[in-house]
Amino acid sequence: MASFILKRFANFIVLVVIATTAGYLLAAIALNPRENFLGRNPPVPEYSINSILDNVNMNDQDPVLERYGTWVSGVIKGDLGLTIFSESVNNEFKNRIWVSFRLLILGSIFGAVFGVLIGVISAVRQYKFFDRTFGYSSYVILSTPVFLIAILLKLFAVFINDKLGFTLFYTVGMNTPELTGSALFVNSLQHMILPSLALILGGVAFYSRWQRNSMLDVLGSDHLRTARAKGLNKRQALFKHGLRVAILPMATFFAYSFGLLIAGAAFTEQIFGWYGMGEWFIRAVNTNDINSVSAIVLFTAVLVLFAGFLADVLVAALDPRVRIR
Amino acid sequence: MTSQAILQIKNLSISFPSESGMVQAVRNVSLDIYPGEVLGLVGESGSGKSVLSLSTIGLLPNSATVTGEVILNGRNLLELNDQEMSKHRGKDISMIFQDPLSALNPVQTIGHQIAEALLIHQDISYEQAFQRAGELLDEMRIPKPFERAKSYPHEFSGGMRQRVMIALAIANAPKIILADEPSTALDVTVQAQVLQLLKRASELTGAAVVLVTHDMGVVAGLADRIAIMYSGRIVEEGPIEQVFAKPGMPYTVGLIRSIPRIDAKQKRKLVSIAGSPPLPVDLPPGCAFAPRCPARQDICETKLPELESLSGEQRVACLRKDEIQNLIATGDLYSTEETSTIDQSKSGETILSVENLSKSFPVFKGAVLRRRIGSVHAVDDISFSLSEGRCLAIVGESGCGKTTTLLEIMNLVAPEKGRIVVFGKDVSEISKSERLALRKDLQIVFQDPFASLDPRMPIGEIIIEQLQVFKVPKVEQMARMQELLEIVGLDPAHANRFPAEFSGGQRQRIAIARALALNPKILILDEPVSALDVSVRAGVLNLLADLQKKLRISYLLVSHDLSVVQHVADFVAVMYLGSVVESGPVDTVFNHPRHPYTQALLSAVPIPDPVAEKTRERIILEGELPSPMNPPSGCRFHNRCHVRQTLAPKDQEHCATTRPVLLAQAGNLVACHHPIGQ
Repeated sequence: MASFILKRFANFIVLVVIATTAGYLLAAIALNPRENFLGRNPPVPEYSINSILDNVNMNDQDPVLERYGTWVSGVIKGDLGLTIFSESVNNEFKNRIWVSFRLLILGSIFGAVFGVLIGVISAVRQYKFFDRTFGYSSYVILSTPVFLIAILLKLFAVFINDKLGFTLFYTVGMNTPELTGSALFVNSLQHMILPSLALILGGVAFYSRWQRNSMLDVLGSDHLRTARAKGLNKRQALFKHGLRVAILPMATFFAYSFGLLIAGAAFTEQIFGWYGMGEWFIRAVNTNDINSVSAIVLFTAVLVLFAGFLADVLVAALDPRVRIR
Repeated sequence: MTSQAILQIKNLSISFPSESGMVQAVRNVSLDIYPGEVLGLVGESGSGKSVLSLSTIGLLPNSATVTGEVILNGRNLLELNDQEMSKHRGKDISMIFQDPLSALNPVQTIGHQIAEALLIHQDISYEQAFQRAGELLDEMRIPKPFERAKSYPHEFSGGMRQRVMIALAIANAPKIILADEPSTALDVTVQAQVLQLLKRASELTGAAVVLVTHDMGVVAGLADRIAIMYSGRIVEEGPIEQVFAKPGMPYTVGLIRSIPRIDAKQKRKLVSIAGSPPLPVDLPPGCAFAPRCPARQDICETKLPELESLSGEQRVACLRKDEIQNLIATGDLYSTEETSTIDQSKSGETILSVENLSKSFPVFKGAVLRRRIGSVHAVDDISFSLSEGRCLAIVGESGCGKTTTLLEIMNLVAPEKGRIVVFGKDVSEISKSERLALRKDLQIVFQDPFASLDPRMPIGEIIIEQLQVFKVPKVEQMARMQELLEIVGLDPAHANRFPAEFSGGQRQRIAIARALALNPKILILDEPVSALDVSVRAGVLNLLADLQKKLRISYLLVSHDLSVVQHVADFVAVMYLGSVVESGPVDTVFNHPRHPYTQALLSAVPIPDPVAEKTRERIILEGELPSPMNPPSGCRFHNRCHVRQTLAPKDQEHCATTRPVLLAQAGNLVACHHPIGQ
């Protein structure tokens, strides 16, 4: 098992390096930070543009590989460089990651848990009322764009707030400034509900469909029948023998989706006014901020591969067939 | 029977909803099961035998509608809910399923799964249960049982897993063991081992065994009593010797006579039961077998025969049950004619010869840095030849390399090692156009006619497509297609129907028609009847025999079923782990096998005759087929060989170190240092 993990880990480092290099080079070639300073009135003198760009290591007059070298040597030391506004990428990163994490941790966990539950129940009650209801709802949610769902949620929240006569759901931002202690905590939660809900809905709709299929496969499997022939009743057989096998294929799937979601919830963040990773990415591309884009690419690569690595280890722990090497 | 039945099935009917109406899977069945007996429940697929057995253990799908009674200890099991029924499952009634590969939970250890079965019904600690699991594995002759209890199912072979299933079934000393085709998915030598263990299991626990199977041979060897099902009803039931000796139902007669027998002295044409089993939807009021029955009278179509006593304990559901024996005597019911064997002295021209053919597959390891760690020698230095108008059969267990051999020949390119010569041409020297022309003369019929025909193409077009490839003029295509359908015994008017509208036997006929379309000289048959129901197998085998005589075509047959080989082939090559261990004319090889493996293989084949089957001596091989990745040294069979055990230590050593070559031995070619009969 230890050698299996080590091998996977070596594999993972190589892939991160490849992904980040490709990400940096692509950003450095496609984005043109000089544009930010052109066409201004009064015009910015050429030498001061160069001096700003040199300072942030984005001067297109230097060879790409040279800039890449500088960036990498910084990254190795833990310094992600400066943004186009000459601020530390590291600081921006620290602020943003916490925001994204707060938003996504609930969304992912609840999405996965409810998705699995609904999927399993749908499979057990195939074609019954429960299955059909959640089946159709899932299709509706999956075929609705995220921003539409978000806006509908907002309208719904406003409607509820009006009826209640006080603000239960906040529709924009992460919290109301100038609060402290438990008031801040409660206020933060009120802000979190809507964006989390937007993510949870999509997650549940998606996961439940997959889990339902995987569970149906297991329900028809011979070994579940053997378990019942041994004397387990339906429910025991399902929980002791069915669930673990049915969740196996989902483990990989969860891990990857979580990794992607952290940087991929751009719409949700934008609509609810959360300044997280996704929102940052869009802004960085718009402002030709090569270093920020590269930092996000690096972060995503690490996350996705780490998630995959975790999934592999998880599957190996759960499934003895994978362990044998 | 004088003793009290332990399980009584009374007027049981089971039906399922389906798109075309209610499927009546079991119709008004009554059956008693007595302590300690082995009851063979025989029927073709769709006869309701599996549904019947599942209903007694309460594992029918929820959609089933069940009426009647299943009485155990004075309680009607059908009235129990899942909670109450689960107290009986595994304790009073246990079950062994057909496919051991999927019947065990892949993520739990074998020992844990057996221990769980014990813990459900017994008040013992987990350690005790796990210990008992090891003992049970030991009872089932699994080597190093306590170590193996910690292994996962994928670390066991199919035969071993079936032993685990039997151990699981006897864990709580049940009163009844239901075994649903327990050996069908296994190789013939492993089947013999498993059936022996099943017998042992019943002796150990005193449990009654209900052996559900389609194989009359398996039943003949094991069962005390037999019940034959057709279309959801029991049509004949009684002591096994009596039923085999004096069957009282035409279906039973046909079934017994439709099976090729490996111990047949004289080749006879097999009885072919016309038609195919009816769909169990909207069954006619009369006897369900009537449309196929040669002894049918008008009344059979309208009056449903009840299962009534014929003589002694034998019960038969046939309106003419008292006349059947007379009909057989006068030759009016399923009489068989002897077939003339081909004169073997007159040898035809050799049209296919394979010399020293080898084929290996590389084995890789690692994901990032893939490296070759060895090879599987699927076929290792084999030679054989096929003459015009003859049938050569390659037999052997799964993994012996028979299919690889076929594919190498069909490839028509230079093999890895050795030579393949077709019609005098070495395939490594022919041009592309010659190769295409050769394909015309070399056609194949695959094992599974349900998978080998395009479901979205009418059967006529399936055949015509073959003609188009070789540019047969359009005007001739239609006529040729109709002629072909007629040759294989199908109605040309059905040419525009889709494969789904035909039964398994008919589909295999279509596949044969397609293969024959271009007048090939060699027809390669890859397990042509193993996917078919027993009653239609005979029809296809007879067709193949007729075609060979009529068209003077040569067959290269691959099969694991030795009785089929015995019936169809002229010459046989027995393969073990990639090499030929014995070859020669079928009669000599089968009647006087020289190689111990051939002998064991033949002895493992069940004969559909309870008297012969229960008295003959069996050689049951130890262990299973070794992995072809690291085959045993010397003679590849030496570690399983029963003859070697009787040899002097010096000779035993010789077998383990020196590989024998094929040498002529009284008409056969045998690769053995100590052939039998010397």
